[in-house]
Amino acid sequence: MGIPEDKLLWMYDTMFKSRYYEETMERVYMEGKSPFNIGAGLVPGEMHLSTGQEPAAAGICAHLTDEDTVMSPHRPHHHAIAKGVDLKRMTAEIFGKESGLGKGKGGHMHLFDPAVKFSCSGIVAAGMPQAVGTALAAKKRKSDAVSVAFIGEGATNAGAFHEALNMAALWKLPFIVVVEDNNYGISVPKDVATSVETNDVRSSAYGIAGEKVTNNDPIAMYEASERTVERARAGEGPTIIEIETYRYLGHFQGDPELYREDGEVEALRKKDPIAGLKQYVIDQGFVTESELDEREDVIKSEVDQAYQFARGSEYPVSEAALEDVFV
Amino acid sequence: METAKKERMLTGNKAMAEGIAQEMEQNDDVFVLGEDVGKYGGIFGSTEGLLDKFGPDRIMDTPISESAIVGSAIGAATEGMRPIAELMFTDFFGVCMDQIYNHMAKIHYMSGGNVKVPMVLTTAVGGEYNDAAQHSQTLYATFAHLPGMKVVAPTTPYDLKGMMISAIRDDNPVVFMFHKTLQGLGWMDPLEASVGNVPEDAYTVPLGKANVAREGSDVTIVGIQMMTVYALEAAERLAEEGIEAEVIDLRSLVPLDKETILNSVRKTHNILVVDEDYLSYGMTSEISAVVAEEALYDLDTPIKRMAIPDVPIPYSRPLEQHVVPSAEKIYKQVKDMLDS
Repeated sequence: MGIPEDKLLWMYDTMFKSRYYEETMERVYMEGKSPFNIGAGLVPGEMHLSTGQEPAAAGICAHLTDEDTVMSPHRPHHHAIAKGVDLKRMTAEIFGKESGLGKGKGGHMHLFDPAVKFSCSGIVAAGMPQAVGTALAAKKRKSDAVSVAFIGEGATNAGAFHEALNMAALWKLPFIVVVEDNNYGISVPKDVATSVETNDVRSSAYGIAGEKVTNNDPIAMYEASERTVERARAGEGPTIIEIETYRYLGHFQGDPELYREDGEVEALRKKDPIAGLKQYVIDQGFVTESELDEREDVIKSEVDQAYQFARGSEYPVSEAALEDVFV
Repeated sequence: METAKKERMLTGNKAMAEGIAQEMEQNDDVFVLGEDVGKYGGIFGSTEGLLDKFGPDRIMDTPISESAIVGSAIGAATEGMRPIAELMFTDFFGVCMDQIYNHMAKIHYMSGGNVKVPMVLTTAVGGEYNDAAQHSQTLYATFAHLPGMKVVAPTTPYDLKGMMISAIRDDNPVVFMFHKTLQGLGWMDPLEASVGNVPEDAYTVPLGKANVAREGSDVTIVGIQMMTVYALEAAERLAEEGIEAEVIDLRSLVPLDKETILNSVRKTHNILVVDEDYLSYGMTSEISAVVAEEALYDLDTPIKRMAIPDVPIPYSRPLEQHVVPSAEKIYKQVKDMLDS
């Protein structure tokens, strides 16, 4: 096992932060929504939480710098946190506040933090061709930056996925797509929507590399990502990484989840990747349980402060709606 | 009253689904395809209960492949079937607009009338629940601008059912835009207008006919979907002050019922057009142009229009409320018009 101690602990911290952030959001989102009304409360609109999907984000972002690009879809918080997006301004944006990343104009599906080259959008697979474009820019400018598009397994059936991969392969771009296979496109299971069992095999259609990570394993994700990012930085072209991951919650908060089997989520939660990684770093002797507790307290405090910042921030003045259409 | 007892109240989504079900029962060529139309029953309830009734061969969950959803519906329609394809949010039109614009809308024309495309494209529209720039648009005009397809946007549960049946039976492609808030879903803002009387039997409401939702003599307010609801609310307030507004529920963008609008303007001599779509090059512009061309000298005051002021729909609540028309804004606009 060749993963450096500091990287493993960074992954643990990042996954823990992401989990704590989402669990806090799950509660905060319900404030003012009883009876449930999607447009009411402190945080209105759709809310897609990533609880359970942390390994995908932490495993690859461990290999990225601020110069590398990440484009994320409608479920973006774990990616944003792993990429180092400003937590206070991200939270303020989700609250619709003036101090938010987009001054309240974007919201939870439309977070833009150019300082760490992070963005996301609410249109399935839309980040694929755009991340090919940022990879193209890196190649033209002879930088060694890579571009990562995160998508769900459902997005692999969108035209943009295939068009983007062909172009990235054709031009040998430093482009990586991480397919987070949580088995559902909203309610539609993978085997009802996708003609192949795993999406890494689709790499052969483009003559590129494919990686498959099973069991939501953060260490395997780290290792697959290491090989992938090295290839991309060395000019050896794109890779599809598919990770089998778990969505503990609904597609969005308020989803009745009638498409789930009884006990499905409970079984997934028993295989929790954060608990697994915690045991691993303790067993390796990298850290004691009480040292981890202290680290967790520091992280919780940082997340709590981000939420406090968002709560305490002002709403934009309503006339600001008319600004920022053009430069 | 006797008649009140007979009323059968349904939400918008149930009325729409019932219209689809009744056509499916009497015509094997009708089927539904789209994302989450099966077990989920449509994210906005448009196919609620249909999977249980008709099974997965006729209520088909699809991959997230909008070009293929719309394109395959076109192909099946040219074979004489009557597919209903769902585009979950109208905002997602971009990933399949070629199939819609260059094919669905043009095949009949380009073939010199020899190939028909009798399909329905259903899609959810509208905002005001803070879903931001990529999930809150109506895009009425984007679709209405393109020749070759009918574009309808019913408001009431009665019209949702009757116009759905008309849309399925129509030999033209019909874009059937249903408003999320008017579906009467339990997880959105409750709205009285989203529940209404819907007869059990199959019936049709014609496409291309506007409805005079409220008669009045002082000013015409043309609305569509939620803007009709707000116009009716504003009209109640105006009536308390002695101003009688006539409210026209447009229902169809294409064909556009010019006669109903012009007849109303010739009676009231004042008109306000209200839209939940963008202002410029939109429905308000089109109706204003029709009135200016054909009834200019019947007007006592300049035509007024109210719509999203040419900005993407912002996320934050005060920002969104600033750009979407409301009953209050309509009331004030009418007062301003008639006071001047």
